[in-house]
Amino acid sequence: MIQVQNISKAFKDVQVLTDINIDFFPGKVNFIIGRSGQGKSVLLKCMVGLLEPNAGSVLYDGVDFLNMNEDQHKAIRQEVGMLFQGAALFDSMTVEENVMFPLTMYSDLTQEQKLIKVNECLERVNLVGKNNLYPAELSGGMKKRTGIARAIIMNPKFLFVDEPNSGLDPETSIVIDNLIRSITYDLGSTTIVVSHDMNSVMEIGDKINFISGGKVEWKGNKHELLRSKNEALNNFVFASEFMQEIKDRLSGE
Amino acid sequence: MTGILGNFGRYFLLMRRVFSRAEKKNIYRPLISDEMIKIGVQSVGIVALLSFFMGAVVTLQTAVNIESGWIPKWTVGYTTRQTMIYEFSSTIVALVLAGKVGSNIASEIGTMRISEQIDALDIMGVNSASYLILPKLIASTVMFPFLVLLAMSVGICSGAIIGTMTKAVSLNDFVYGIQYDFDSYGIVYSLIKTVFFAFILSTIPAYHGYYASGGALEVGKSSTKGVVYSMVAVMVGNYLLTQILLL
Repeated sequence: MIQVQNISKAFKDVQVLTDINIDFFPGKVNFIIGRSGQGKSVLLKCMVGLLEPNAGSVLYDGVDFLNMNEDQHKAIRQEVGMLFQGAALFDSMTVEENVMFPLTMYSDLTQEQKLIKVNECLERVNLVGKNNLYPAELSGGMKKRTGIARAIIMNPKFLFVDEPNSGLDPETSIVIDNLIRSITYDLGSTTIVVSHDMNSVMEIGDKINFISGGKVEWKGNKHELLRSKNEALNNFVFASEFMQEIKDRLSGE
Repeated sequence: MTGILGNFGRYFLLMRRVFSRAEKKNIYRPLISDEMIKIGVQSVGIVALLSFFMGAVVTLQTAVNIESGWIPKWTVGYTTRQTMIYEFSSTIVALVLAGKVGSNIASEIGTMRISEQIDALDIMGVNSASYLILPKLIASTVMFPFLVLLAMSVGICSGAIIGTMTKAVSLNDFVYGIQYDFDSYGIVYSLIKTVFFAFILSTIPAYHGYYASGGALEVGKSSTKGVVYSMVAVMVGNYLLTQILLL
């Protein structure tokens, strides 16, 4: 479980996050949603240690990440997997080397054992036989799937996903969403997804946190989300005519 | 002023990270050999080419400028040797490598920064500064002295070849000149400078790449800054080391 407590973050005079409190649950797909520029990615970066918050704490299974020493940091990071918006694959490495990288750094497995694990992960993300391709030779969806394979190879307890479907077609988005959900349920990991893609949210979201103006505006599940009276949330979720139609139908029921 | 001091501070903090908490040794071995090929072996051609022409030009210019009958002809070989060993092989080669190797290091690390590859390393718990910069630093420190020795040899040989082919100097005079009053400390001095320059040329561009932000345009700017600042540092270092080692 990850608990974000009283996190605030400002860049010079611009207050981006104010007193954020959220619990993220294991075995669930926890979403952070909100319009662009509301602080979702900043919150994610504060949680994984890429940014230092001005105030507050981030507890990984009850231990404050921000007050850990180097060794504790290193240990917790080996339990963290992250899929970046652009996949962040290492350009100079093949798909196989990218996925194997965390094992190379942290495991004492033989090359053969590592290869078996890599192939298992590639099979899971449907990239069998693509071992020797370089990132430049992959499509956007394949890059994301490689990124997922790299993120899950250490069986992470905590999985962070930043805008998983940006730049992907709807069909590929569903594939990525289903992967995130199945991995979360299979590994029992605490999965945190930052997104503004409502299709994803409605498809795989178990817990949803809506951020607006750097504050947590609303929390709940997807069923509660459709019936919420929160104006800011409604303006965000039902911005499109299609979603408005769904809302009207629900209201008529 | 604050900006300059801030940059100095960040540079030294980055260097501290480069040398602290390194990853497993077997992780670095393939990285270092890759960098030795990229930084060293792939620079052999350009260093040899430039040294060849520089040696030839120094020989011809010296020969042309010696008009007095009081100055012996072997001065041409002597001057070529002194120029190649004391200054060209280390300093000029360092400036050339700042353009070739420095821009490559800054743009490679800068691209990794803006495409979140460095963030990915950090999140995995890898000391990204050490993982990315230390192999380049070690490879440069090992390979640059060989490039400098190559530059000395090629420059002096080309001086002899072009000098005799153009009849600017006889081979006997040239050979006498390069042997005259030879002090091997010149080579040691040059190699000491080279190790210092290798540190500058691998770490200053790496610093600018590591802290790049934005997009492709900013990576280009950081690459330019990396090259310019490392060239300035090479020249300042050249002056200081010359004063320390020769006076």
